[in-house]
Amino acid sequence: MKNSIGREIPQSVDGIDNIVPYQGEWAIVNSIKSGSSFKAPQALKVKPVDHVKVCDNLEECLDKLELHDGMTISFHHHMRGGDGTIVPVIESLAKRGLKDITLASSSLTGAHEPLVPYVEDGTITRIFTSGCRGKLGKAVSAGKLKKVAVFHSHGGRARAIEAGRIKIDVSFISAAAADEAGNATGSWGKSACGSLGYAMIDSEYSRQVVVVTDNLVEYPCLPSSIKQKDVDYVVKIDSIGDPEKIAGDTTRITKNPMDLRIADLAAEAMIKLGYVKNGFSFQCGAGGASLAVARFICDYMRKKDIKGGFLLGGITSVMTDMLEEGLFDLAFDVQSFDAAVSKSIYGNEKHIEISASQYANPLNCDCMTHKLDTVVLAALEIDTDFNVNVLVGSDGNIRGASGGHSDTAAGASLTVLVAPSIRGRLPIVKKNIHTVVTPGASVDLLVTEKGICINPLRQDLKDKLEGSGLPIRDINELAEEVERICGKPEEPEFEDKVVAVVEYRDGSIIDVIRKVKS
Amino acid sequence: MAKGKLKRTMLYIPGNNPAMVQNGAVYGADSILLDLEDAVAVNRKEDARVLVRNMLDFIDFGDVEVTVRINGMDTDYAIDDMEAIVPQKPDAVRIPKINTENDIKKADEIITRIEKENGIKAGSTMIHAMIETAVGVENAFSIATCSQRITALTIGAQDLTADMQVVKTDTGEEIAYARQRIVMAAKAAGIAAIDTVYADVDDEEGLIKETEMIKTIGFDGKAVINPRQIKPVHDVYMPSDDAIEKAKIIVEANIKAQKEGVGVFAINGKMVDAPVVARAERVLELAGVDAGGLK
Repeated sequence: MKNSIGREIPQSVDGIDNIVPYQGEWAIVNSIKSGSSFKAPQALKVKPVDHVKVCDNLEECLDKLELHDGMTISFHHHMRGGDGTIVPVIESLAKRGLKDITLASSSLTGAHEPLVPYVEDGTITRIFTSGCRGKLGKAVSAGKLKKVAVFHSHGGRARAIEAGRIKIDVSFISAAAADEAGNATGSWGKSACGSLGYAMIDSEYSRQVVVVTDNLVEYPCLPSSIKQKDVDYVVKIDSIGDPEKIAGDTTRITKNPMDLRIADLAAEAMIKLGYVKNGFSFQCGAGGASLAVARFICDYMRKKDIKGGFLLGGITSVMTDMLEEGLFDLAFDVQSFDAAVSKSIYGNEKHIEISASQYANPLNCDCMTHKLDTVVLAALEIDTDFNVNVLVGSDGNIRGASGGHSDTAAGASLTVLVAPSIRGRLPIVKKNIHTVVTPGASVDLLVTEKGICINPLRQDLKDKLEGSGLPIRDINELAEEVERICGKPEEPEFEDKVVAVVEYRDGSIIDVIRKVKS
Repeated sequence: MAKGKLKRTMLYIPGNNPAMVQNGAVYGADSILLDLEDAVAVNRKEDARVLVRNMLDFIDFGDVEVTVRINGMDTDYAIDDMEAIVPQKPDAVRIPKINTENDIKKADEIITRIEKENGIKAGSTMIHAMIETAVGVENAFSIATCSQRITALTIGAQDLTADMQVVKTDTGEEIAYARQRIVMAAKAAGIAAIDTVYADVDDEEGLIKETEMIKTIGFDGKAVINPRQIKPVHDVYMPSDDAIEKAKIIVEANIKAQKEGVGVFAINGKMVDAPVVARAERVLELAGVDAGGLK
């Protein structure tokens, strides 16, 4: 069957209950009547008053947990490429002979390549994640997981846990500081990572919760992003990861002229459309052109004495600088990107940590992405219907992340995609793309170095931008021009076997990823 | 906007770098300058010439003025460069190290022949004369006026300071006379004057300061060597909001006066004549306001 953007979705996929094809951004949200469904139950976890939570090492903790084949375990990816928790936990579980584990991590990075052998030997048989890269991405694309993987957005993950689609048996939550009762934070300590926004949901809904820390501090550990009321055990280990790779370098604005050109055009468009005004809210991606848009927006805000409302999402030091300077009133942080951000989240009362549900869950009373005025996002590929792929590379292998892409694109009043029309020798704007993560209906503008494409659904934007002096392009003509320059690259070949489904944020299936022919 | 009308920025692009040539037009420079001369090593001259020739044929550069800097008339490459480039009809060729009007006349003859052989309208290939020697500076006016093809004088500071045996400084006192002389010659000839590059691409403040100075003394724009330099230069040339509003009023009043057949008119009691209107139109052009859209 085809979903509403014309992607072929199988009637059934092994191991996935109740396939619901994507039917539009708000189809499911609008179909749920208040009180007709209920959130997943939270385990009533009563502990005796003399219960000791602290374990001296991981093995001692694993001995105390209820573990079984076929269980679901969860992690967060706030430690990014420096994560040192997921791999050792899986190694220990494998040594214990546990099999058929579902790994539900908020995302997976290059640090998780050592998991490939545990996929191959059946220790891990299913993955729920926002993203996957490197050898692990290739292993999933090659069909090495026994069960179909599920890619979700950040808001979609919060929804899936709260709605009981993902039932977690044990959550392992690494924290930069924690006390013996389990209060934990990411905002300070040698392995500081900033916000623990993704892990907050896990701590509330998992049957068992383990805080893993290399920094056991005196009670009470504040701020308590993870709360003692939810935590079963606290494990003290030597290192929860590589601080260099956790915090990374301070994010800097790109000097790449192409990215700057695209960013300049995007900022100009946002300004000319009247979105950059007192009180406006803003989110942008952490890389290349997206982040550079912030720079140009800031220049304009200073010149015109404009003060913004709130910043949202993945917060970089570029954004905390904007907060410090007073260009924006507040920053709401579900994920922090560098060391400076950890300091800011700890020290600046206007920098506020939020959970993934508060951030982007479409099936709650209201989430913050729905309050966004503007978001600037990147893309791997865009088709002429403005559908976006941020997950699968040109070789057909999984090498990206859904992240908050579809969450913010749906929620923001103005969604601006920034991408070069050609990357290397590959066309980025093209007639068809392999995989759709964000539907074109959510995208308002595509800004490339060759000009700005306006989604035909937004005639109002077209009326405002035509005659503004900005280069406006028809997306079909742009795709043709790009093809004329690059030629038509050889497309990867896929088998029929579905290796992963791409969930839209509301849980419907927007696309599937098929096995790459080897 | 008519092609090549504004010359605030002319972006140098090495002629032997296909990706940079392909993307040359996207950065918003008023003009791009595909370089066959100093940016290309001696053993890459042939490659660059062929690449630029083919790119001119293949790539749509849109409204951006396209010029090609060929090698100097005193080199073995100059004629081959022109043979390859002129048939592709660039807007102009920039010829380096012009010392006297004879250099231009020599180039003019060759271009005239190539235009004829290729069925190109005679005189349609323009020349930007690059002055970068002491002799060239002293001959600026005769160079500027010796051929109908010349539409711009440009100054090349690196070679000029070498020729003068002085060191190029940030403040540019050593080339102040040359700049003024070239601007005056260009203005007297009714053509554009383009300033030299600002070499430190990371020093935006220095670039802005120099651009403010060269704008003040009358240059129409500046050569740039990195796309990041385009916006700061354009910002310097951008008229103030107040000036734009005043210019709109003048141009609108002029359109009305034209319709009524009135030559000179007054706004708020002040006389407005042709030079005032011309200046207002220039302000709108720099601001990117389409005067044709005014009523």
